[in-house]
Amino acid sequence: MTISRRTLLGTAATGVAAAALPFGRARAASKSLKIAVISDFSGPYRDIGGPTSVACVHQALADFGAKDKGYDVTVLQGDHQESPAVGTALAQRFYDQGVDLVIDVPNSAIGIAIEGVAHDKNRAYINTNSASSEITGKFCNAQTVHWTYDTYMLSHSTGGAMVKGGGKKWFFITADYAFGHLLHDQTAAVVKQMGGQEMGNVNFPFPQTTDFSSFLIQAQSSGADVLGLASAGKDTVNLVKQAHQFGINKTMKIAGLLVFINDVHGMGLDIAQGLTLTESFYWNMNDRTRAFMARVKPRTPNNYPSMGQAGCYSGVLHFMKAVEAMNNMADVKNGAAVVAQMKKMPTDDDAYGKASIREDGRFMCNAYLFRVKTPAESKGPWDYYDLLATTPADQAFMPMAAEGCPLIKT
Amino acid sequence: MMMILGKPAPLLFGQLLLGIINGSFYAMLSLGLAIIFGLLNVINFAHGALFMVGAFVTWGLLHYLGIGFWPALIVAPVMVGAFGLLIERTLIRFTYKLDILYGLLLTFGLALVLEGIFTNAFGSSGVSYDGPNILSGTLNLGFMYLPVYRAFVVFAAIVICFGVWFTIEKTSLGALLRAATENPALVQSFGVNVPRLISLTFAGGVALAGLAGVLAAPLYSVNPGMGTSLINTVFAVVVIGGMGSIGGAILTGFGLGIIQGFTEVFYPAASSVVVFAVMAVVLLARPAGLFGRVA
Repeated sequence: MTISRRTLLGTAATGVAAAALPFGRARAASKSLKIAVISDFSGPYRDIGGPTSVACVHQALADFGAKDKGYDVTVLQGDHQESPAVGTALAQRFYDQGVDLVIDVPNSAIGIAIEGVAHDKNRAYINTNSASSEITGKFCNAQTVHWTYDTYMLSHSTGGAMVKGGGKKWFFITADYAFGHLLHDQTAAVVKQMGGQEMGNVNFPFPQTTDFSSFLIQAQSSGADVLGLASAGKDTVNLVKQAHQFGINKTMKIAGLLVFINDVHGMGLDIAQGLTLTESFYWNMNDRTRAFMARVKPRTPNNYPSMGQAGCYSGVLHFMKAVEAMNNMADVKNGAAVVAQMKKMPTDDDAYGKASIREDGRFMCNAYLFRVKTPAESKGPWDYYDLLATTPADQAFMPMAAEGCPLIKT
Repeated sequence: MMMILGKPAPLLFGQLLLGIINGSFYAMLSLGLAIIFGLLNVINFAHGALFMVGAFVTWGLLHYLGIGFWPALIVAPVMVGAFGLLIERTLIRFTYKLDILYGLLLTFGLALVLEGIFTNAFGSSGVSYDGPNILSGTLNLGFMYLPVYRAFVVFAAIVICFGVWFTIEKTSLGALLRAATENPALVQSFGVNVPRLISLTFAGGVALAGLAGVLAAPLYSVNPGMGTSLINTVFAVVVIGGMGSIGGAILTGFGLGIIQGFTEVFYPAASSVVVFAVMAVVLLARPAGLFGRVA
């Protein structure tokens, strides 16, 4: 990645501008809205959320034509610093300041905590970047939509495909916190259900671990043929890199259970090649995704959007369409009403194509199984994936009956 | 297969070796910390960040200038050391006469600033650096496959640790350094430029962090947070070894690496805590650390 001084200054300037906006701008009396991106702007998940998510929100507003349609939309941003306490306080403050929509929020612990805040304040909340399938399960509420992906989808798409491809014996390396455990449990269940076998699992301390060699050696001596990584971000990058050093990629298939294109970029194709993973968005899929990428690229030239960030685009665009359809700014302050309106309308945008939102708040998109290209196959910057399989939306997510969402009367 | 305590023996031999490899990083990093603390009385919290800078400089040398790993082993530590000299002259020297906590706070702040700058410039997932081809590949040891590069790291760490220990403890330069910290006025009266000696010592300690960064670049993801994850453990190593004791830092570094390696087999969840448990026990039994002199 090359960074010029200009982009650096530009990034700094946008940050300052975003912080100053609510005070420095005269607002039209009627159709003003506030959208807050709560994300990681300084820590391990910055590249999968952060400034690129903000860029995608701005792109959605531009594509919607917010200004021309008379909407004055302020975009705010807050850094949750990977702390549920900070994230919750931010969400409360934003909603109290009249924010109509909170979006993004990587890290399931924080994503779920903010779900409760949205419910208490009755404001809309679109989570595009937490993995926990419990967001539309036991924690689900009328104010929340879960975009992009969840642990159920990841475990079934990646896990199912690997078992079908002959990878029956699994060894897991799991990040020792709620997200890792959920991802491991659901994947192990899929593996067993399909006739596979779990040879072992080791939980590594999160987030302090940088050297994974002893866990990798345990995996190597377990006799398994698939190495399942129930981890995220730089842990996954380090795991894959070190698995290569020990030659594990020659004897085992590596399944990254949550890998974003930004992680692949961080690893480099030399190391990432051959990795199997699942995302619900890839910029180089079809003409529409490429058109979206071409438009958003000037806003985030060095970090291409992964599925969560594209979800910010898709979610905000759909939110604006719902607001427009309601045609009553007083109702927009009623989060449950906005989300109900969003569920009524089918979604359609360049990043995700045509899709819909289920009654429990689950955004129903396809899950794509990708294989990372070799350096020779890659034709340009960020040209990283080959599509292996598609799980249609209606099979990609947990059936509502199994979820235990209090909104659904069974 | 032979079993020891319910675990296959090859697995345990493997862990022993991996523990030694991790221990070499602990040793190299705690070495720099121990020098800076022992001779300057500064608790350098920026050490982890400077380790990270060393790794990024290594990457940058290749990426922007086409300078490979071997030259980087010299060039990167020199650059990081020069940067250390700069911060010592412009910031840190003002804390020498103050309470030790001021230096700690200053360097802690510096660490945050450095990490922030690198996160803004390179993102949080960092960049990838490949080691030299000659060191790629694995050795079949019978009980495990050992990446050649890791064997090289252990070798390099032992050479570096011995070299530094020898310089400080056995040469006249080392004697001068130790004398200058005991009684700067006396040493100055012999015509030695003590402030310059101290600046260069700081730069030397920092260069060691940079050198560890070069060695770490091909092993780990080069990312802005890579120093933070290590620095807490490394501080524990310095405390257990005895603040300021160079030999103590080296031996403790390797020892703790091995203890941690075994913990990862028997009870992985405790592997990040075990170092601090050892620290607590050592401090209760020997408050000055294993090799420290009671002040």
